[in-house]
Amino acid sequence: MSNLIEIRGLSFNHGFRVIFDNVDLDIERGKITAIMGPSGTGKTTLLKLISAQLTPRSGKVLVEGQNIHDLGQADLYEMRKRMGMLFQSGALLTDLNVFENVAYPLREHTTLDERMIRYLVLIKLHAVGLRGAAQLMPSELSGGMARRVALARAIVLDPMMIMYDEPFSGQDPISMGVLIKLIKTMNDNMDLTSIIVSHDVKEVSAIADYIYIISNGRIMEQGTPPALEETTSAWARQFLKGLPDGPVHFHYPAPDYNTDLFETE
Amino acid sequence: MLSYLNKIADNFGPLGKKGIVSFERLGRSALFLLRVFQSIPFVFLRPWLFIQQLYSVGVLTIIIIFVAGTFVGMVLGLQGYNILVRFNSESSLGTMVGLTLVRELGPVVTALLFAGRAGSALTAELGLMKTTDQFSALEMMAVDPFKRVIAPRFLAGFFSMPLLAAIFSAVGIYGGYYVGVYLLGVDDGAYWAQMQKSVDFHEDFMNGVWKSIVFGFVATWIALFEGYDSVPTSEGIGRATTQSVVNASLAVLALNFILTALMLETS
Amino acid sequence: MTRQTLEIWVGVFVAAGIAALFMLAMKVSNLSTVNTGDTYEVTAQFDNIGGLSIRSPVKASGVLVGRVSDIKYDKDYNVAVVTLSIQKRFDRFPSDSRASIYTAGLLGEQYIELVPGIEETYLEEGSDIIMADSALILENLVGRVISEIISK
Repeated sequence: MSNLIEIRGLSFNHGFRVIFDNVDLDIERGKITAIMGPSGTGKTTLLKLISAQLTPRSGKVLVEGQNIHDLGQADLYEMRKRMGMLFQSGALLTDLNVFENVAYPLREHTTLDERMIRYLVLIKLHAVGLRGAAQLMPSELSGGMARRVALARAIVLDPMMIMYDEPFSGQDPISMGVLIKLIKTMNDNMDLTSIIVSHDVKEVSAIADYIYIISNGRIMEQGTPPALEETTSAWARQFLKGLPDGPVHFHYPAPDYNTDLFETE
Repeated sequence: MLSYLNKIADNFGPLGKKGIVSFERLGRSALFLLRVFQSIPFVFLRPWLFIQQLYSVGVLTIIIIFVAGTFVGMVLGLQGYNILVRFNSESSLGTMVGLTLVRELGPVVTALLFAGRAGSALTAELGLMKTTDQFSALEMMAVDPFKRVIAPRFLAGFFSMPLLAAIFSAVGIYGGYYVGVYLLGVDDGAYWAQMQKSVDFHEDFMNGVWKSIVFGFVATWIALFEGYDSVPTSEGIGRATTQSVVNASLAVLALNFILTALMLETS
Repeated sequence: MTRQTLEIWVGVFVAAGIAALFMLAMKVSNLSTVNTGDTYEVTAQFDNIGGLSIRSPVKASGVLVGRVSDIKYDKDYNVAVVTLSIQKRFDRFPSDSRASIYTAGLLGEQYIELVPGIEETYLEEGSDIIMADSALILENLVGRVISEIISK
């Protein structure tokens, strides 16, 4: 089976607002799949649905053929040990230093001795280039460094897949470049499956194998990056090229400009 | 007629919504407490988590309890003396200071200070953890935040309150002793003897301890829930912290009345 | 902060709290003066118990020997039945001892004073004190004095 995750008929509401309406989506094993779309379309929500932090109104999320929303807490936690997730903020535990943050999953879930933990943590920190920062506290790290530490933590249990939530937002060009390279090399060297949620078109197109574009609760467009270059959909073209006007108008709906300006009374 | 009804509906609609929201929150807080209870056994496997929280909840609160207790006791000594001296019964100062502190002021003032110092800190800490996705990160690392984060804090608050209240009362009694005996010349022996004669172990001391246990439970519960349930923005944390202190203080004052009434009933 | 210093501070805190609880229990409350040892119960009937209540002291020669554990009203004889719990170590009260309700000071709390009799048998569990003096009611006393003054 080449698909690690298959989403079928997924619907989700936030209050009365429809976030997803009958969405089907496949994540291929060993590949980098990107999920793109304008802000506020529930891209992060999708990751939370895949990891069962949220429960859908209807539909299935099959991970290795098993609906993750049918699992009990113990089975779910077993599954999550094999899923890594990189949060936008890094989400490091603020009262532990970098080393302890990366060591945390090992201490929680394994009975390895101190020497082995140190060995594993330093390997992972070296992989993200922050072995020297092991003794720093999270408050002493820049945003990009915090994300790299979080990445080291996410891979310390050698998961089968990793989910990136907006990994590039708010990064300077250098740390952006570092992250892009890291995501690509990790995916290729560690036999990972990656899901990237982002709206940074250029960066994502450079590394993704397959791209889904979602908006208004539905999948608007999908395909490999070269295929999307040739898209005929006006909306997708506007999104991918970052055009200011198109199907999504520059102006918020308003009465006629002239009437609005010169209307007396 | 219909327009009147519409107007009424317009005015009371938001109120009804508020009512539903508060019931929803009440329900959530009860479920929250249930999950905390379920997670408490885990803390006994990891006592270090509990000890750490005992430090931030108990040890860091001890200074203000100490200072507040001293001054409250000194005021009681001063006021008590000035009232009692009119009836030539200043020798009963010990009774007055001891009973007021052990029965009422000890548990209540400690709980209010606790809500302000430890409670607000707990709320802000949990709010910050929520805002920075730390709860989600724990969930994703297959670690239950209730077991790892919330239950140890709950136990620490629950355990600290009676100790803090006892320290407050003890310090206050010595504060009253200093003012009454050293400064105003009440007889040393009479201060202690009168106190011991009128403060009953079961009816006064134990009731005070029970009160502080209940207050600790409620104040910690409210503080943790407000933090866990906060809106994950910096504004949300601020609002949750204020809410936590206000709600916990009101709950303590209201519960104090109910508990006092119950205790007087059964004695 | 190292783990050790943190543990020391927590230790200090817990010790201070327990010390405060202990101080309140022993030095402030009456725990040290209450003997919770074994007791035996005797009853006494009074016409009027005044302000006597449960847990009022029972004294002999001014020394605390027990406490009032129950107060009932006997509707057949129209008297108050008071149960006295006396500590087991004071088991040499003659069976004809007299129980009187006194007031500590003019307006203080009321208590029962046991005045020993001369019998050779002693009070024991379930005994009944026959000689019982009612409380001295201040109003009655004042009333009597006034009526005496008027009649003079």
